[in-house]
Amino acid sequence: MAGLLKDPMILRQIIMDHYEYPHHHKLVADPAYLNTHMASESCIDDIHVQAKIEDGIIKDVNFDGKACTISTASTSIMADLVLGKSLEEARKIIDAYYAMIDGREYDEDLLEEAVALQGVSKQANRIKCATIGWHGLEQLIRESEEGHDGE
Amino acid sequence: MFDVNEIRKDFPMLQGKTMNGHPLAYLDNSATTLKPRQVIEAVNHFYCDITANAHRGDYELSQKVDQLYEETRKIIARMLNCDPLEVAYTSGTTYGVNQVAWGYVRTHLKKGDVILITEAEHASNVLPWFRLADECGFKIEYIPLNEEGRLTIENFRKALHEGVRFVAVAEIGNVLGYRAPVKEMCRLAHEIGARMLVDGAQSVPHGHTDVKDMDCDFLCFSAHKMCGPSGMGVMYGKSELLKETEPLCLGGGSNARFFSCGDVILKESPYKFESGTQNIEGIMGMGAAASYLMDIGFDNIAAHERELRDYLVRQLEKLDNVILYNPNGDSGIVTFNVKGIFSQDAAGYLASQGIAVRSGNHCAKILVDFLKTDDTIRSSLYFYNTKEDVDALVEAVRTCTIENCIGIFF
Repeated sequence: MAGLLKDPMILRQIIMDHYEYPHHHKLVADPAYLNTHMASESCIDDIHVQAKIEDGIIKDVNFDGKACTISTASTSIMADLVLGKSLEEARKIIDAYYAMIDGREYDEDLLEEAVALQGVSKQANRIKCATIGWHGLEQLIRESEEGHDGE
Repeated sequence: MFDVNEIRKDFPMLQGKTMNGHPLAYLDNSATTLKPRQVIEAVNHFYCDITANAHRGDYELSQKVDQLYEETRKIIARMLNCDPLEVAYTSGTTYGVNQVAWGYVRTHLKKGDVILITEAEHASNVLPWFRLADECGFKIEYIPLNEEGRLTIENFRKALHEGVRFVAVAEIGNVLGYRAPVKEMCRLAHEIGARMLVDGAQSVPHGHTDVKDMDCDFLCFSAHKMCGPSGMGVMYGKSELLKETEPLCLGGGSNARFFSCGDVILKESPYKFESGTQNIEGIMGMGAAASYLMDIGFDNIAAHERELRDYLVRQLEKLDNVILYNPNGDSGIVTFNVKGIFSQDAAGYLASQGIAVRSGNHCAKILVDFLKTDDTIRSSLYFYNTKEDVDALVEAVRTCTIENCIGIFF
């Protein structure tokens, strides 16, 4: 697997697949989900992200909205990656992803298919596209923790 | 007519610059324009030879600055066919429209009076009116666009009524590039005693402007869209109306006298609108830009753009992956999408091929309802563009596939 994730053709195909057939691409009306609306100021991306977080575990993540290839693929890949993870594990994945997008050192093993988006680090104007869904999830994690603090 | 290859020699940005390994095809002229060395030299002249404040010093340098400061006003007046004292310097179109809104319309309309605009206006010609509507109880109404997205005189006639006291429209729309019949509109507006502002941001740089003939009450435009410096623009107003317009900004330079009791005697217009040290080098650069364009000739500029535009439209119409939104536009603005591809993805691929265009809603967010798409790619031509620029764009559009759009990240 690690070897395959070095091949540009395969990485490109990963983005294609997640763009054309995004995973978790729906929204459900269920009060168990936390919701956030993410609209980029600088581009047209405008998505809703929702997550069901129970007992410190991400049970489900969905998203929908208007988005370019990069925001769609990056959010779809993210949803796959964090599903079933604890909030602590999810945060590690998110941090590693941001490090990759910022062009810093990162742990490839944590990111799996998300390494396909590594090239975005070289296109400053698309960094917002590659992180919009991730910022949404981060916000929902924070909200869920704050909710627990209050209990 | 002019030789475009000779013209291009004036522009440092057009001397073999590449983008992503391809010759730069700069087709984002509705956003901003490239600068010829004549403009750059005028700005540098201020920095290198005659730095001093205007209206302040008793020494020769400052007097030289004063002279050039007023020289630009005369050049602009010649360009617009108005009196130099009807030309007020601003930071750009946005400031000019806000100045008219706050300084004139706010004090001349009463609650319930109507301001007419269109759904195709740029944010800068919408939001100042929204604020007045909110704060002063004025009503905003929209002149309906026809099925093509155009403002027609028939629709304007229908939208006009006794309650309309002010009209604010762009002469050339910044998304679809249609020309509004502003001269006839001014006449109809004046018949019922309404005043009219023309947003000239996309029209003044591209063709002959005659405010006397048009008979508009106010006209605002930006220098940077006409080969001049950023942060610089003009508010033209009929002299008697400028007298009745309150300055949006007060401070040094705008007043003749002020006293501790709070009384202020403002300078005459246009000086009362020019508070604080102005963008002096910008003013000099704008003067140089206006002279440069007048030397080439606005009719020549318009004819060159027309020819290129027709060529671009013909070439794009041959492609089966393009949705063209304004095949019959009146300016160098050609707006389209590549079928099935998000505009920002397409613009990213075009950039990888050396082509600078813009994706998005172009600050005209309410036009979205009309176009039935959230965002488009806008290419916009100027007199220094060539058939080669157009060919490069068309070839890149032809090869714009999802695979290629994603390919730019590898």
